[in-house]
Amino acid sequence: MIQYIQEILPALLSGTKMTLSIFFWTLICSIPLGALIGLGLIQRFKPLTWLLNFYVWIMRGTPLLLQLIFVFYGLPIIHIVFQRYDAALFAFILNYTAYFGEIFRGGFQSVPKGQFESAKVLRLTYSQTIRKIVIPQVFKIVLPSIGNEVINLVKDSSLVYVIGLGDLLRAGNVATARDVTLLPLILVGIIYLALTAVCTIVLKLIEKRENVWR
Amino acid sequence: MLEIKNLTKRFGDRTIIDNLTMTVKDNEIMAIVGPSGAGKTTLLRCITGLESVNKGEFFWNGNQFDPTNTTQKDTIIGVVFQDYQLFPNLTVLGNITLAPTMVKKEPMADVKKYARELLSRLGLEGKENLYPYQLSGGQKQRVAIVRALAMQPKILCYDEPTSALDPALRDEVAQIILDLKKQEMTQIVVTHDMDFAKNVANEIQQVKQIQ
Ligand SMILES: Nc1ncnc2c1ncn2[C@@H]1O[C@H](COP(=O)(O)OP(=O)(O)OP(=O)(O)O)[C@@H](O)[C@H]1O
Ligand SMILES: [Mg+2]
Repeated sequence: MIQYIQEILPALLSGTKMTLSIFFWTLICSIPLGALIGLGLIQRFKPLTWLLNFYVWIMRGTPLLLQLIFVFYGLPIIHIVFQRYDAALFAFILNYTAYFGEIFRGGFQSVPKGQFESAKVLRLTYSQTIRKIVIPQVFKIVLPSIGNEVINLVKDSSLVYVIGLGDLLRAGNVATARDVTLLPLILVGIIYLALTAVCTIVLKLIEKRENVWR
Repeated sequence: MLEIKNLTKRFGDRTIIDNLTMTVKDNEIMAIVGPSGAGKTTLLRCITGLESVNKGEFFWNGNQFDPTNTTQKDTIIGVVFQDYQLFPNLTVLGNITLAPTMVKKEPMADVKKYARELLSRLGLEGKENLYPYQLSGGQKQRVAIVRALAMQPKILCYDEPTSALDPALRDEVAQIILDLKKQEMTQIVVTHDMDFAKNVANEIQQVKQIQ
Protein backbone atom coordinates (compact mmCIF):
# COMPACT_ATOMS: atom_id res chain seq x y z
CA MET A 1 0.00 0.00 0.00
CA ILE A 2 2.87 2.33 0.89
CA GLN A 3 4.27 1.60 -2.51
CA TYR A 4 0.97 2.46 -4.19
CA ILE A 5 0.77 5.73 -2.27
CA GLN A 6 4.29 6.54 -3.39
CA GLU A 7 3.22 5.84 -6.93
CA ILE A 8 0.21 8.18 -7.02
CA LEU A 9 1.55 10.83 -4.69
CA PRO A 10 3.39 12.82 -7.38
CA ALA A 11 0.16 13.15 -9.38
CA LEU A 12 -1.77 14.22 -6.28
CA LEU A 13 0.88 16.73 -5.33
CA SER A 14 0.93 18.25 -8.76
CA GLY A 15 -2.86 18.51 -8.50
CA THR A 16 -2.38 20.18 -5.12
CA LYS A 17 -0.09 22.68 -6.79
CA MET A 18 -2.86 23.65 -9.19
CA THR A 19 -5.35 23.91 -6.31
CA LEU A 20 -2.98 26.11 -4.32
CA SER A 21 -2.24 28.27 -7.32
CA ILE A 22 -5.96 28.97 -7.83
CA PHE A 23 -6.31 29.52 -4.10
CA PHE A 24 -3.47 32.02 -3.70
CA TRP A 25 -4.09 34.05 -6.82
CA THR A 26 -7.76 34.34 -6.02
CA LEU A 27 -7.00 35.57 -2.51
CA ILE A 28 -4.23 37.93 -3.56
CA CYS A 29 -6.46 39.59 -6.12
CA SER A 30 -9.89 39.46 -4.57
CA ILE A 31 -9.12 40.66 -1.04
CA PRO A 32 -7.78 44.08 -2.16
CA LEU A 33 -10.41 44.27 -4.90
CA GLY A 34 -13.07 43.35 -2.35
CA ALA A 35 -11.84 46.15 -0.08
CA LEU A 36 -12.20 48.58 -2.99
CA ILE A 37 -15.70 47.33 -3.79
CA GLY A 38 -16.61 47.64 -0.11
CA LEU A 39 -15.34 51.21 -0.10
CA GLY A 40 -17.36 51.89 -3.24
CA LEU A 41 -20.48 50.44 -1.65
CA ILE A 42 -20.42 53.03 1.16
CA GLN A 43 -20.07 56.06 -1.13
CA ARG A 44 -22.98 58.41 -1.54
CA PHE A 45 -22.72 58.54 -5.35
CA LYS A 46 -25.86 56.55 -6.22
CA PRO A 47 -25.02 55.26 -9.72
CA LEU A 48 -21.81 53.75 -8.37
CA THR A 49 -23.44 51.96 -5.44
CA TRP A 50 -26.28 50.83 -7.67
CA LEU A 51 -23.83 49.31 -10.14
CA LEU A 52 -21.75 47.64 -7.44
CA ASN A 53 -24.82 46.29 -5.68
CA PHE A 54 -25.97 44.80 -8.98
CA TYR A 55 -22.60 43.12 -9.47
CA VAL A 56 -22.59 41.73 -5.93
CA TRP A 57 -26.17 40.52 -6.35
CA ILE A 58 -25.35 38.62 -9.56
CA MET A 59 -22.19 37.06 -8.17
CA ARG A 60 -23.71 35.97 -4.89
CA GLY A 61 -27.07 35.03 -6.33
CA THR A 62 -25.83 32.53 -8.90
CA PRO A 63 -23.71 29.40 -8.41
CA LEU A 64 -19.97 29.72 -8.82
CA LEU A 65 -20.21 26.57 -10.93
CA LEU A 66 -22.49 28.36 -13.38
CA GLN A 67 -20.12 31.31 -13.51
CA LEU A 68 -17.19 28.99 -14.28
CA ILE A 69 -19.07 27.24 -17.06
CA PHE A 70 -20.29 30.58 -18.38
CA VAL A 71 -16.78 31.99 -18.62
CA PHE A 72 -15.13 28.93 -20.13
CA TYR A 73 -17.84 27.34 -22.30
CA GLY A 74 -20.23 30.27 -22.71
CA LEU A 75 -18.13 33.30 -23.54
CA PRO A 76 -16.34 31.69 -26.53
CA ILE A 77 -19.72 31.73 -28.28
CA ILE A 78 -19.43 35.52 -28.35
CA HIS A 79 -15.72 35.24 -29.22
CA ILE A 80 -14.26 35.84 -25.79
CA VAL A 81 -11.90 32.95 -25.31
CA PHE A 82 -9.96 32.21 -22.14
CA GLN A 83 -7.38 29.53 -21.48
CA ARG A 84 -8.65 27.01 -18.95
CA TYR A 85 -6.52 28.34 -16.12
CA ASP A 86 -7.28 31.98 -16.91
CA ALA A 87 -10.98 31.24 -17.13
CA ALA A 88 -10.90 29.60 -13.73
CA LEU A 89 -8.99 32.47 -12.13
CA PHE A 90 -11.21 35.07 -13.78
CA ALA A 91 -14.40 33.44 -12.51
CA PHE A 92 -13.01 32.84 -9.03
CA ILE A 93 -11.69 36.37 -8.62
CA LEU A 94 -14.95 37.89 -9.87
CA ASN A 95 -16.96 35.72 -7.52
CA TYR A 96 -14.82 36.06 -4.41
CA THR A 97 -14.37 39.80 -4.89
CA ALA A 98 -18.15 40.15 -4.59
CA TYR A 99 -18.25 38.17 -1.34
CA PHE A 100 -15.28 40.06 0.09
CA GLY A 101 -16.81 43.35 -1.09
CA GLU A 102 -19.96 42.69 0.88
CA ILE A 103 -17.94 41.73 3.96
CA PHE A 104 -15.81 44.87 3.66
CA ARG A 105 -18.91 47.03 3.23
CA GLY A 106 -20.11 45.84 6.61
CA GLY A 107 -16.67 46.49 8.03
CA PHE A 108 -16.48 50.03 6.70
CA GLN A 109 -19.96 50.79 8.00
CA SER A 110 -19.04 49.72 11.49
CA VAL A 111 -16.22 52.25 11.82
CA PRO A 112 -17.81 55.10 13.83
CA LYS A 113 -18.37 58.37 12.00
CA GLY A 114 -16.45 60.09 14.80
CA GLN A 115 -13.26 58.39 13.64
CA PHE A 116 -13.57 60.05 10.25
CA GLU A 117 -14.32 63.41 11.89
CA SER A 118 -11.46 63.03 14.30
CA ALA A 119 -9.13 62.39 11.35
CA LYS A 120 -10.61 65.29 9.46
CA VAL A 121 -9.98 67.87 12.16
CA LEU A 122 -6.41 66.60 12.35
CA ARG A 123 -6.42 67.42 8.63
CA LEU A 124 -5.56 63.95 7.42
CA THR A 125 -6.62 63.44 3.81
CA TYR A 126 -9.33 60.92 2.93
CA SER A 127 -6.79 58.43 1.63
CA GLN A 128 -4.55 58.82 4.70
CA THR A 129 -7.60 58.28 6.89
CA ILE A 130 -8.58 55.17 4.99
CA ARG A 131 -5.07 53.72 5.05
CA LYS A 132 -3.97 54.50 8.58
CA ILE A 133 -7.19 54.45 10.56
CA VAL A 134 -10.06 52.83 8.72
CA ILE A 135 -8.42 49.85 6.99
CA PRO A 136 -6.71 48.57 10.16
CA GLN A 137 -10.00 48.77 12.07
CA VAL A 138 -11.97 47.22 9.23
CA PHE A 139 -9.40 44.45 8.84
CA LYS A 140 -9.86 43.43 12.46
CA ILE A 141 -13.64 43.52 12.17
CA VAL A 142 -13.82 41.45 8.98
CA LEU A 143 -11.12 38.93 9.86
CA PRO A 144 -13.47 36.17 11.08
CA SER A 145 -15.74 36.46 8.03
CA ILE A 146 -12.78 36.59 5.67
CA GLY A 147 -11.50 33.49 7.42
CA ASN A 148 -14.69 31.59 6.62
CA GLU A 149 -14.42 32.53 2.97
CA VAL A 150 -10.78 31.47 2.87
CA ILE A 151 -11.70 28.01 4.11
CA ASN A 152 -14.55 27.89 1.61
CA LEU A 153 -12.16 28.83 -1.15
CA VAL A 154 -9.90 25.86 -0.44
CA LYS A 155 -12.87 23.60 -1.07
CA ASP A 156 -14.50 25.65 -3.83
CA SER A 157 -11.29 25.48 -5.82
CA SER A 158 -12.24 21.87 -6.63
CA LEU A 159 -14.97 23.26 -8.91
CA VAL A 160 -12.32 23.93 -11.56
CA TYR A 161 -12.69 20.19 -12.20
CA VAL A 162 -15.66 20.97 -14.42
CA ILE A 163 -13.60 22.91 -16.95
CA GLY A 164 -10.94 20.22 -17.08
CA LEU A 165 -8.17 21.70 -15.00
CA GLY A 166 -5.85 19.20 -13.35
CA ASP A 167 -6.42 20.05 -9.71
CA LEU A 168 -6.18 17.86 -6.62
CA LEU A 169 -9.67 16.43 -6.93
CA ARG A 170 -9.17 15.49 -10.57
CA ALA A 171 -5.85 13.81 -9.80
CA GLY A 172 -7.54 11.69 -7.13
CA ASN A 173 -10.53 10.85 -9.27
CA VAL A 174 -8.37 9.81 -12.21
CA ALA A 175 -6.35 7.47 -10.01
CA THR A 176 -9.46 5.96 -8.44
CA ALA A 177 -11.12 5.34 -11.79
CA ARG A 178 -7.94 3.81 -13.24
CA ASP A 179 -6.91 1.60 -10.32
CA VAL A 180 -10.35 0.84 -8.87
CA THR A 181 -9.38 1.69 -5.30
CA LEU A 182 -10.71 4.16 -2.71
CA LEU A 183 -7.28 5.09 -1.51
CA PRO A 184 -6.65 8.07 -3.85
CA LEU A 185 -9.93 9.73 -2.83
CA ILE A 186 -9.14 9.20 0.83
CA LEU A 187 -5.72 10.76 0.28
CA VAL A 188 -7.39 13.68 -1.49
CA GLY A 189 -9.62 14.16 1.54
CA ILE A 190 -6.62 14.08 3.85
CA ILE A 191 -4.80 16.68 1.76
CA TYR A 192 -7.84 19.00 1.80
CA LEU A 193 -8.05 18.57 5.56
CA ALA A 194 -4.38 19.46 5.87
CA LEU A 195 -4.86 22.56 3.71
CA THR A 196 -7.85 23.82 5.68
CA ALA A 197 -6.03 23.06 8.93
CA VAL A 198 -3.08 25.19 7.86
CA CYS A 199 -5.45 28.01 6.89
CA THR A 200 -7.19 27.82 10.25
CA ILE A 201 -3.89 27.98 12.12
CA VAL A 202 -2.63 30.93 10.08
CA LEU A 203 -5.92 32.78 10.62
CA LYS A 204 -5.74 32.15 14.36
CA LEU A 205 -2.22 33.57 14.45
CA ILE A 206 -3.32 36.70 12.58
CA GLU A 207 -6.29 37.11 14.90
CA LYS A 208 -4.02 36.79 17.90
CA ARG A 209 -1.71 39.48 16.55
CA GLU A 210 -4.71 41.76 15.97
CA ASN A 211 -5.77 41.34 19.57
CA VAL A 212 -3.12 43.70 20.92
CA TRP A 213 -5.70 46.46 20.55
CA ARG A 214 -9.46 46.62 20.98
CA MET B 1 -7.96 86.69 17.48
CA LEU B 2 -10.80 84.66 16.01
CA GLU B 3 -13.75 86.54 14.60
CA ILE B 4 -16.97 84.97 13.45
CA LYS B 5 -19.30 87.24 11.55
CA ASN B 6 -22.98 86.71 10.81
CA LEU B 7 -22.94 82.95 11.15
CA THR B 8 -26.17 81.25 10.17
CA LYS B 9 -26.64 77.50 10.23
CA ARG B 10 -29.77 75.66 9.19
CA PHE B 11 -30.64 71.99 9.15
CA GLY B 12 -33.28 71.73 6.43
CA ASP B 13 -35.61 74.61 7.15
CA ARG B 14 -34.78 74.69 10.87
CA THR B 15 -32.49 77.55 11.79
CA ILE B 16 -30.16 76.47 14.60
CA ILE B 17 -27.81 79.45 14.65
CA ASP B 18 -29.12 82.79 13.46
CA ASN B 19 -26.73 85.52 12.43
CA LEU B 20 -24.28 85.00 15.28
CA THR B 21 -21.26 87.28 15.60
CA MET B 22 -18.58 86.61 18.17
CA THR B 23 -14.93 87.25 18.86
CA VAL B 24 -12.47 85.08 20.74
CA LYS B 25 -9.48 87.09 21.86
CA ASP B 26 -5.99 85.64 22.00
CA ASN B 27 -5.04 83.81 25.13
CA GLU B 28 -8.53 83.75 26.51
CA ILE B 29 -10.99 81.04 27.37
CA MET B 30 -14.43 81.38 25.90
CA ALA B 31 -17.19 79.20 27.28
CA ILE B 32 -20.18 78.49 25.08
CA VAL B 33 -23.19 77.71 27.25
CA GLY B 34 -26.88 77.22 26.72
CA PRO B 35 -29.68 74.71 27.18
CA SER B 36 -29.66 71.29 25.59
CA GLY B 37 -30.51 71.41 21.93
CA ALA B 38 -29.69 75.10 21.65
CA GLY B 39 -26.97 74.46 19.12
CA LYS B 40 -23.71 74.55 21.10
CA THR B 41 -22.29 71.46 19.47
CA THR B 42 -23.50 72.68 16.09
CA LEU B 43 -21.69 75.98 16.60
CA LEU B 44 -18.51 74.17 17.55
CA ARG B 45 -18.84 71.88 14.53
CA CYS B 46 -19.14 74.94 12.30
CA ILE B 47 -16.00 76.45 13.83
CA THR B 48 -14.10 73.19 13.45
CA GLY B 49 -15.21 72.74 9.87
CA LEU B 50 -17.25 69.59 10.43
CA GLU B 51 -20.43 71.38 9.33
CA SER B 52 -20.65 73.76 6.45
CA VAL B 53 -22.42 77.05 7.20
CA ASN B 54 -25.30 78.66 5.32
CA LYS B 55 -23.89 82.11 5.85
CA GLY B 56 -21.01 83.67 7.74
CA GLU B 57 -17.33 84.45 7.66
CA PHE B 58 -14.39 83.37 9.77
CA PHE B 59 -11.30 85.51 10.35
CA TRP B 60 -8.05 84.58 12.05
CA ASN B 61 -6.06 87.72 12.91
CA GLY B 62 -7.96 89.59 10.25
CA ASN B 63 -7.42 87.00 7.53
CA GLN B 64 -10.47 85.22 6.30
CA PHE B 65 -10.32 81.41 6.35
CA ASP B 66 -12.58 78.50 5.57
CA PRO B 67 -12.73 75.98 8.43
CA THR B 68 -13.91 73.20 6.10
CA ASN B 69 -10.81 73.57 3.96
CA THR B 70 -8.33 71.03 5.32
CA THR B 71 -5.56 71.84 2.88
CA GLN B 72 -4.49 75.21 4.25
CA LYS B 73 -0.94 75.42 5.52
CA ASP B 74 -1.44 76.00 9.22
CA THR B 75 -3.75 74.35 11.68
CA ILE B 76 -5.94 77.02 13.22
CA ILE B 77 -8.42 74.89 15.14
CA GLY B 78 -7.77 71.82 17.27
CA VAL B 79 -10.58 69.74 18.76
CA VAL B 80 -11.12 67.50 21.76
CA PHE B 81 -14.31 65.54 21.17
CA GLN B 82 -16.80 64.69 23.87
CA ASP B 83 -16.05 61.00 23.37
CA TYR B 84 -12.37 61.70 22.54
CA GLN B 85 -12.36 59.55 19.37
CA LEU B 86 -8.84 58.27 19.85
CA PHE B 87 -7.79 55.83 17.15
CA PRO B 88 -8.09 52.41 18.83
CA ASN B 89 -5.64 50.74 16.47
CA LEU B 90 -2.79 53.09 17.37
CA THR B 91 -0.83 53.45 20.59
CA VAL B 92 -0.91 56.68 22.55
CA LEU B 93 2.25 57.80 20.79
CA GLY B 94 0.88 56.65 17.42
CA ASN B 95 -2.29 58.67 17.96
CA ILE B 96 -0.26 61.78 18.71
CA THR B 97 2.39 61.49 16.01
CA LEU B 98 0.17 60.43 13.11
CA ALA B 99 -1.07 63.83 11.97
CA PRO B 100 2.08 65.92 12.54
CA THR B 101 4.19 63.43 10.57
CA MET B 102 1.67 62.76 7.79
CA VAL B 103 0.04 66.15 7.39
CA LYS B 104 2.82 68.54 8.36
CA LYS B 105 5.59 66.16 7.27
CA GLU B 106 7.55 66.87 10.42
CA PRO B 107 10.39 64.45 11.19
CA MET B 108 9.23 61.59 13.42
CA ALA B 109 12.05 62.14 15.92
CA ASP B 110 11.06 65.77 16.53
CA VAL B 111 7.38 64.93 16.79
CA LYS B 112 8.08 62.15 19.28
CA LYS B 113 10.20 64.45 21.40
CA TYR B 114 7.46 67.08 21.46
CA ALA B 115 4.82 64.41 22.13
CA ARG B 116 6.76 63.08 25.14
CA GLU B 117 7.13 66.61 26.46
CA LEU B 118 3.38 67.22 26.20
CA LEU B 119 2.55 63.82 27.68
CA SER B 120 4.64 64.43 30.76
CA ARG B 121 3.21 67.91 31.12
CA LEU B 122 -0.25 66.29 31.37
CA GLY B 123 0.94 63.53 33.71
CA LEU B 124 0.91 60.77 31.11
CA GLU B 125 4.56 59.73 31.13
CA GLY B 126 5.04 56.00 30.69
CA LYS B 127 1.76 55.62 28.82
CA GLU B 128 3.29 56.09 25.34
CA ASN B 129 2.97 52.51 24.21
CA LEU B 130 -0.44 51.69 25.64
CA TYR B 131 -3.49 51.37 23.43
CA PRO B 132 -6.55 53.56 24.11
CA TYR B 133 -8.54 50.66 25.57
CA GLN B 134 -5.93 50.41 28.31
CA LEU B 135 -6.54 53.98 29.51
CA SER B 136 -9.10 55.44 31.89
CA GLY B 137 -11.58 58.02 30.65
CA GLY B 138 -9.60 60.91 32.08
CA GLN B 139 -6.38 59.61 30.57
CA LYS B 140 -8.05 59.19 27.18
CA GLN B 141 -9.19 62.79 27.35
CA ARG B 142 -5.69 63.99 28.14
CA VAL B 143 -4.28 61.97 25.25
CA ALA B 144 -6.90 63.60 23.02
CA ILE B 145 -5.73 66.99 24.27
CA VAL B 146 -2.10 66.13 23.56
CA ARG B 147 -3.03 64.80 20.12
CA ALA B 148 -4.73 68.09 19.27
CA LEU B 149 -1.87 70.16 20.73
CA ALA B 150 0.72 68.24 18.71
CA MET B 151 -0.68 69.90 15.58
CA GLN B 152 0.09 73.26 17.22
CA PRO B 153 -3.34 74.78 16.68
CA LYS B 154 -4.01 78.44 17.40
CA ILE B 155 -7.25 77.60 19.20
CA LEU B 156 -8.22 74.45 21.06
CA CYS B 157 -11.91 73.56 21.24
CA TYR B 158 -13.63 71.17 23.64
CA ASP B 159 -17.14 69.77 23.46
CA GLU B 160 -18.50 69.02 26.94
CA PRO B 161 -15.10 68.19 28.45
CA THR B 162 -16.64 67.32 31.81
CA SER B 163 -19.70 65.36 30.79
CA ALA B 164 -18.07 61.92 30.70
CA LEU B 165 -15.96 62.39 33.81
CA ASP B 166 -16.76 61.89 37.45
CA PRO B 167 -16.79 65.04 39.61
CA ALA B 168 -13.30 64.56 41.02
CA LEU B 169 -11.86 64.67 37.53
CA ARG B 170 -13.81 67.82 36.66
CA ASP B 171 -11.44 70.02 38.62
CA GLU B 172 -8.52 68.26 36.99
CA VAL B 173 -9.76 69.21 33.52
CA ALA B 174 -10.36 72.76 34.69
CA GLN B 175 -6.76 72.83 35.90
CA ILE B 176 -5.46 71.53 32.57
CA ILE B 177 -7.42 74.17 30.69
CA LEU B 178 -6.13 76.92 32.97
CA ASP B 179 -2.55 75.63 32.65
CA LEU B 180 -2.83 75.71 28.88
CA LYS B 181 -4.05 79.26 29.13
CA LYS B 182 -0.87 80.14 31.00
CA GLN B 183 1.00 78.77 28.01
CA GLU B 184 -0.99 81.18 25.89
CA MET B 185 -3.40 78.73 24.32
CA THR B 186 -6.68 80.25 23.22
CA GLN B 187 -9.53 77.91 24.05
CA ILE B 188 -13.24 77.47 23.37
CA VAL B 189 -15.15 75.26 25.78
CA VAL B 190 -18.69 74.09 25.07
CA THR B 191 -20.43 73.11 28.29
CA HIS B 192 -23.82 73.04 29.91
CA ASP B 193 -22.13 73.18 33.29
CA MET B 194 -22.43 76.81 34.39
CA ASP B 195 -20.16 76.41 37.45
CA PHE B 196 -17.46 74.93 35.32
CA ALA B 197 -17.85 77.73 32.78
CA LYS B 198 -17.55 80.37 35.48
CA ASN B 199 -14.45 78.64 36.89
CA VAL B 200 -12.45 78.57 33.72
CA ALA B 201 -13.80 81.15 31.30
CA ASN B 202 -12.97 84.82 30.78
CA GLU B 203 -15.86 85.23 28.46
CA ILE B 204 -19.18 83.44 28.30
CA GLN B 205 -21.13 83.17 25.08
CA GLN B 206 -24.78 82.25 25.49
CA VAL B 207 -26.43 80.20 22.80
CA LYS B 208 -30.20 80.47 22.88
CA GLN B 209 -32.78 78.12 21.56
CA ILE B 210 -34.44 79.56 18.47
CA GLN B 211 -38.17 79.03 18.36
N1 LIG C 1 -27.04 66.64 11.56
C1 LIG C 1 -28.18 67.21 12.01
N2 LIG C 1 -29.29 67.21 11.24
C2 LIG C 1 -30.43 67.80 11.65
N3 LIG C 1 -30.58 68.39 12.85
C3 LIG C 1 -29.52 68.42 13.68
C4 LIG C 1 -28.26 67.83 13.29
N4 LIG C 1 -27.40 68.00 14.31
C5 LIG C 1 -28.06 68.66 15.28
N5 LIG C 1 -29.33 68.91 14.91
C6 LIG C 1 -30.34 69.66 15.68
O1 LIG C 1 -29.80 70.91 15.99
C7 LIG C 1 -30.17 71.29 17.31
C8 LIG C 1 -28.95 71.68 18.09
O2 LIG C 1 -28.19 70.51 18.35
P1 LIG C 1 -26.81 70.56 19.14
O3 LIG C 1 -26.30 69.18 19.19
O4 LIG C 1 -25.96 71.59 18.56
O5 LIG C 1 -27.29 71.03 20.59
P2 LIG C 1 -26.45 71.23 21.89
O6 LIG C 1 -26.64 72.63 22.32
O7 LIG C 1 -25.06 70.77 21.71
O8 LIG C 1 -27.20 70.29 22.92
P3 LIG C 1 -26.62 69.38 24.10
O9 LIG C 1 -26.40 70.28 25.28
O10 LIG C 1 -27.75 68.42 24.36
O11 LIG C 1 -25.39 68.72 23.61
C9 LIG C 1 -30.93 70.14 17.90
O12 LIG C 1 -32.30 70.45 17.87
C10 LIG C 1 -30.64 68.99 17.00
O13 LIG C 1 -31.76 68.16 16.90
MG1 LIG D 1 -23.87 69.15 22.44
